[in-house]
Formats: sequence, C-alpha cells, structure tokens
Amino acid sequence: APLGDLPTSGFSTGEEKNTLEQITTYNNFYEFGTDKEDPMRLAPERLAHRPWTLTVSGEAEKTGEFAFDDFMKGLTLEERIYRLRCVEAWSMVIPWAGVPLAEVIRRANPNSRAKYVKFYTKHDPEVFPAQRARGMSFLASIDWPYTEGLRMDEAMNPLTLLATGLYGREMPSQNGAPIRLVVPWKYGFKSIKSVVRIHFQETEPECTWNQLAPREYGFYANVNPDVDHPRWSQARERRIGELFKQDTLMFNGYGEEVADLYAGMDLRKNF
Amino acid sequence: MAGIRAAVFALCALPAVLLIVGLLQGTLGANPVERLLNGTGSWGLRFLIATLAMTPLRWATGARWVVRLRRQIGLWAFFYAAAHFSVFAVFEHGLGLAAIVSDIAQRPFILVGASALLLLLPLALTSTQGWIRRLGRNWKRLHWLIYPAAILGVVHFFWLIKADRWTEPLIYAGILAVLLGWRVVKRLG
Repeated sequence: APLGDLPTSGFSTGEEKNTLEQITTYNNFYEFGTDKEDPMRLAPERLAHRPWTLTVSGEAEKTGEFAFDDFMKGLTLEERIYRLRCVEAWSMVIPWAGVPLAEVIRRANPNSRAKYVKFYTKHDPEVFPAQRARGMSFLASIDWPYTEGLRMDEAMNPLTLLATGLYGREMPSQNGAPIRLVVPWKYGFKSIKSVVRIHFQETEPECTWNQLAPREYGFYANVNPDVDHPRWSQARERRIGELFKQDTLMFNGYGEEVADLYAGMDLRKNF
Repeated sequence: MAGIRAAVFALCALPAVLLIVGLLQGTLGANPVERLLNGTGSWGLRFLIATLAMTPLRWATGARWVVRLRRQIGLWAFFYAAAHFSVFAVFEHGLGLAAIVSDIAQRPFILVGASALLLLLPLALTSTQGWIRRLGRNWKRLHWLIYPAAILGVVHFFWLIKADRWTEPLIYAGILAVLLGWRVVKRLG
C-alpha cells in the first residue's frame, strides 16, 4: 500500500536511484535461499506482514511486546535516499521510507548499562525454508535466527534508519518486510531484515556473519575501500545497472556524519 | 560420428548462446556481469569434468567412439574458462593490466583459477593432429596437466563460496574424485 506523501530528508543523496525492479529482484535474504532471485520468488507469498510483533527487551525502561502498528504509532515516516554498499562489491541507491532508530531508542529509554543494541530477524522455519535446512556440520552454515548489532552511538546516529517501506510504498517482502534496519555507512549485511526483536545490552552482541567467518566480516563492517575482504578487493564496486565498476567511498560517502564515531580507532583491526 | 560431433558442438555452444542472447535481451537479471562471470566459470568446470569422464565412460560402456568426443569437449572447457577470465579482465578491471596482475597476485582463489587456465592453454594449443604427431609420447605427458587443472578449478570454486552454498562445488568435487579415483584403481589393479 502507498504510504502517502513523505517528507524528504536532507540526508538524501541526489544520485540516480535504482529502479524498483532492480531493488526487488536482486536481494540477499539467505533465509529464503542463497540465490539473488530466491527472495523475490519466495518471500512475497511466504512472509506475512501482519500480524507482526516487535519485542523490545534488555537494559531499557519501556520494554515489552508491541504489535507492529502500535509500535509505529506516533512516529513520522520520512523518505531517505541512501546508497547501499554490499560486502560483495555491488551497490544500489534506494529511496527508503522509515524513522530514525534514535527516536525508537529514546522512546524505549535505555539505562546506563545499555552500551549496544542487538537485532533479531524473525525465526520461523514455516516461513523461511533455509531455516529448516540443516547445513553439513563440517562446513560453515548459518546459525538462525540472523542477528546483528550496533554500538549505542552508532544506533543513535541520525543516519541510522528503521525502514518500513521503499519507493513510497510498504516494504516489499524480499527487502525485509515489514520493518528492517538501514545503516548506510556499513556493508549491507549489517542492515538486518524483518526485525522482531530489539535488545539493549552491555556487551558487544554476537552477529551472524561475524560469528560465521570472523576473519572476513567484522563487527563494525564499515564500508572501507582500504581494507579488503580477505578474498576480494573492496576498493571498487559495481552500481547495479552499470557494467563497469566505480570507486568505493570511505564510509560509503557518509564520513562527514559518522567518521567521528571511530576517532582514534584502528579501522584495520576493527574492520 | 559426424552427426554426433555436430550435436555435441551444438550442445556445448548452447550455454554461451543463451548467455549472449540473455545479455542482448536484458534478461540476465539486475547484475548481468555476475551472471556472465558465474555462468562461464561454471560451464568451464562442467566441461572440464565432462572431458575427464570420457575415458571412464569408454571403460564402462566399451564404446570407443566416446573418446573421440574428448578433444572437442576439452576445447569447449578451455573456451568457457577463457571467456570467464575475459569477463573478469574486462568488467572487473576494465582491462587494466596492473589491476588484473595485482588482483591475481593478492588473492589466492583468483591465483588458483588463473593457474588452472594457464595449465589448459598449452593443452588447447597442442590439440591438433599435427601437434599430437610432433610431440609423440610427450603429448600424453603434457596432457596429463588436465588433472591438476581440474583440481585447481574445483578448489577455485570452493574458495569463492560465501556460506551455505556448498552443494554445487561438493558435487563437482565428488564427481572429480570418482573420475580420478577410477583411474588410480585401474592403474593399481
């Protein structure tokens, strides 16, 4: 359904947007399978957007379970046109509709022990075929549910978005309906899809890709053209729709907004 | 035999034709370069394994003519492997020689793939009757290189897997193990 007229944000890029078709036919959503076309094929018929319950838990005052529509009450959606850079060295420009995560966090009123935020994707093997399949134990496979996490200051950064739509409409299933995270200066896998739980905690959260291959996927996963993935270069990226690659920008071009978060940190070690 | 040869030619050319048609019609999805890269690579490996299956197939069936298809299928394997490298060189690096060399040198899985292609090159060049005659017994010794090339090809594929996509490389590894093991058993027995 259309979301109505959305105010556009000053954080939006003026770059040419990827088409709705590109954004909805080329997805990494491993719960539906590892091929880029698996999500568009399976998600629309399998992933029901309602009822959807969000749990807020951990080190915060206003914890509890919320029906999605109650959770969104009082929050004003805005359009944010962001670059998305996948760790696989491709990128898109996507007009998200969402709310700053900071507003949701302020509402939950976390206490002083809340140093990190952890997110969980829905775990339901009836919905997600890959959650049913068992990996071969001697080969790396994902331990469901998918989880991701941010440091509190990253989560509070005004760029960080909880998105519920794109192109002015409700979020397509394959893009992580009904609600997902968008962290535009980090590799795409940090932007966890179909979130059911937001958990405040004191210690650094365990994150799916980081656990699966810690040498390849760090907790921070900031877009960084100078720190290569062990198996491929991160210096350049292919914008979907283009044949040739273009240079990748530090923090995916959002350095002005986020570089301060990492002042004094060795980004080669904390990759 | 000529009919069979022509049929095999058409069959082997089909994946390339489909990729080119898909590219021209824009039906290769949102990231056509990725499709070209993965498609050419997969077919190179499949035909390489098919080449190695010809001799055991003759043992199993007693049909001598299957071996006479081996050269053609082997050349198709080289064609797809070379196309795979070309897509990499053109679209990943815009044919920048320094970038290609440094990418190969820095990344073991690319180095392994490039080595496999390099091993196949002399085999493709010496696949003519003239070279078979000229090289004599050495021809067979030289063409033994297809074994390490196939192993490197499978390793290259394994190495680029992100997670949970092990099925296809595992199948290739399994078939290759059977085809090579068969030869070892035959030689020992």
